[in-house]
Amino acid sequence: MALPTYASPLERVWYYTYIVICCLVFLFLIAPILIVIPLSFNAEAYFTFTPKMLAFDPAGYSLRWYDTLLTLGHSGGDGVRDASWWSEVWERSTWVQAAKNSFWVGLWATILATTLGTIAALGLSRPEMPYRRLIMALLISPMIVPIIIIAVGMSFFFAKACVAPDSAMGAIFGYFLSEKGCLANSHLGVIVAHATLGIPFVIITVTATLSGFDQSLIRAAQSLGANPRTTFFKVIMPLILPGVISGALFAFVTSFDEVVAVLFIAGPDQQTIPRQMFNGIREAISPAILAVATILVVISVLLLTMVELLRRRSDRLRGVTGR
Amino acid sequence: MAEAATELLTTADGRPLKAALAAAQLRAKRRAFLLVLPLLLFVLLTFLIPIVYMLKRSVEHDGFSNAAPALDTWFAQNPGFDPANPPEEAFAALAQDLSRMQVEKTTGMAGTRINYTVPGTISLFKKGAREAATLAAPFKGSLLAVDADWGKPALWRGMAAASSPYTTEFYKVASDRKLTDDGWARGGDKERIYLYLFFKTFLVSGIITVICLLLAFPVSHLLATLPMAKSSLLMILVLLPFWTSLLVRTTSWIALLQEQGIVNDLMVGIGLIGEDGRLTMMYNMTGTIVAMTHVLLPFMILPLYSVMKVIPPSYARAARSLGATSWTTFRRVYLPQTLPGIAAGSLLVFILAVGYYITPALVGGSDGILISNLISFHMSKSNWSLAAAIAGMLLAAILLLYWLYDRLIGIDRLKLG
Repeated sequence: MALPTYASPLERVWYYTYIVICCLVFLFLIAPILIVIPLSFNAEAYFTFTPKMLAFDPAGYSLRWYDTLLTLGHSGGDGVRDASWWSEVWERSTWVQAAKNSFWVGLWATILATTLGTIAALGLSRPEMPYRRLIMALLISPMIVPIIIIAVGMSFFFAKACVAPDSAMGAIFGYFLSEKGCLANSHLGVIVAHATLGIPFVIITVTATLSGFDQSLIRAAQSLGANPRTTFFKVIMPLILPGVISGALFAFVTSFDEVVAVLFIAGPDQQTIPRQMFNGIREAISPAILAVATILVVISVLLLTMVELLRRRSDRLRGVTGR
Repeated sequence: MAEAATELLTTADGRPLKAALAAAQLRAKRRAFLLVLPLLLFVLLTFLIPIVYMLKRSVEHDGFSNAAPALDTWFAQNPGFDPANPPEEAFAALAQDLSRMQVEKTTGMAGTRINYTVPGTISLFKKGAREAATLAAPFKGSLLAVDADWGKPALWRGMAAASSPYTTEFYKVASDRKLTDDGWARGGDKERIYLYLFFKTFLVSGIITVICLLLAFPVSHLLATLPMAKSSLLMILVLLPFWTSLLVRTTSWIALLQEQGIVNDLMVGIGLIGEDGRLTMMYNMTGTIVAMTHVLLPFMILPLYSVMKVIPPSYARAARSLGATSWTTFRRVYLPQTLPGIAAGSLLVFILAVGYYITPALVGGSDGILISNLISFHMSKSNWSLAAAIAGMLLAAILLLYWLYDRLIGIDRLKLG
């Protein structure tokens, strides 16, 4: 909003105050995220800037907290860094294990949520869909209902959702469940829980993409002799793909950042990065947490860039100009 | 002409057109529904059933009814007994159950169930079960000799209610009512922890919503009125926090606000406060409010922005040209048009704030916790039914707000980024 030429002096003062307020709010939004980056290079075990850091003395900065991420849980942390040392990092190091768990859980939860969510969104965007509003409200509700309630419900139910390990069901599903054959304390339990939490995001993004979708394209494809499969893969999918991918990214981030459900339903084998951070912040807070935080900020910048590029591509494809 | 209208229209193969259309519409309906069905089943299994199961746990506890069959039978036969003066047969049944509990090692379970409504009964049951072998007729006298508390009317009321596995008592406890010798009554002022925390949660959520609105309004306006290139750039500053891990943001607020943190260091550095006057902004309500405002602010900015984006600037110009002052223009012309955005953002932020867990748990200390943290506390103490009852009450509040959101704004208009 540019200031009009007829503005009175009072309006001018007010206008500049308004700009200053906006800048302060932007600072409030972004400063806490950027501040962790320099702090993570602290040479001391402090959570704040040391005098040396403020003087830009190289001795005040170090990579020791990033090193801790590799060596925590490592039996020979100070040893020579040869191939066996690195393989020990890959197999034993606490944070690396947590990262691996987070990644796999996130990946499977995303695949599950995106597949089911996209198919359902296709149905929900059809004008003839019955009880549309009610079903939509139900499918969005995992985002609205407090996570603690979902986690409590799941912790009750997943502890009872068991199959006998020696039964036929146990032979098929036992591998994915806990030792007792339950969803609780199992990887599958965490994956299913995270998929549930990611579904609303997929539904919202894909139905939003489909709302700008020209239904006559489907009829055109069919009149030209395409069967439903060809229509889906050659016409619908390429057009809604940006929405599907950004929904998938939302679902992945939701899983990658989720801690409450993990705290309630996961066992010691399902240590994820957020859970490790949560425990770290509660117990002994060390700048190693800041190093993890910095890595996560970098990841979120990459994800945001990807989503923005996708959105632009989607808008271009749909012929929407501007935002 | 009239005759032609009454003549039945048919399709090429001779079926009535109306029936053919209805059949086709039903097929289309079924096809649409089949697409949604897999996800519905999944959500049913992983979301709806767990929540229903939790609600069931909030009205069910068989710890006492399983452990005390003799008393269960007696209570069922004598529904109108006088809790102030139970007869000898009741004490006989109690003595029989106590010795059974001692054998089956169910004393803890039974005591825990009664302990919800009558505090201090776990040790009473343990003592009673230990002495069960020495009890002899008349049981009333011998039980009262073990511990006079066995004659308390509140205890008998509690046991009578607990003899059925289904009960609403956990909801009564969760709304700060307590079982006295004369039946259920409102707890004293100092005992109103649950309703007080509910009230506090709603108050804090309200405060956060108002702060978010005040911060979001100018920023959304700026974003909506700037040229596209600039606003896209600034939008990144809003979306980056949205995409950054909650735990990262909470960690950085700890680094910023703690006593030896950056904000305090800065204020000491510029001489605003003394070294010994460092402010306590973390591990209390201030910490919770600041960190939660930061986390929820994008949820206010985005809906406000999308509403402000489509308000034509010509309205404000028209108002000005008709002689309105800039304040009047804002108040009478611009603000009313932003109301849908204000409602959408405020409701969303409020709903999310009411159920918040992680941030208060990490930065709230003991003073800055909200109702979610109390649920988690009772879960960790294995008070599952009570935790479920508090969660049930929170769920009811959230569903009410959600319904309001759907009525006012429409759930399908929820957008992300």
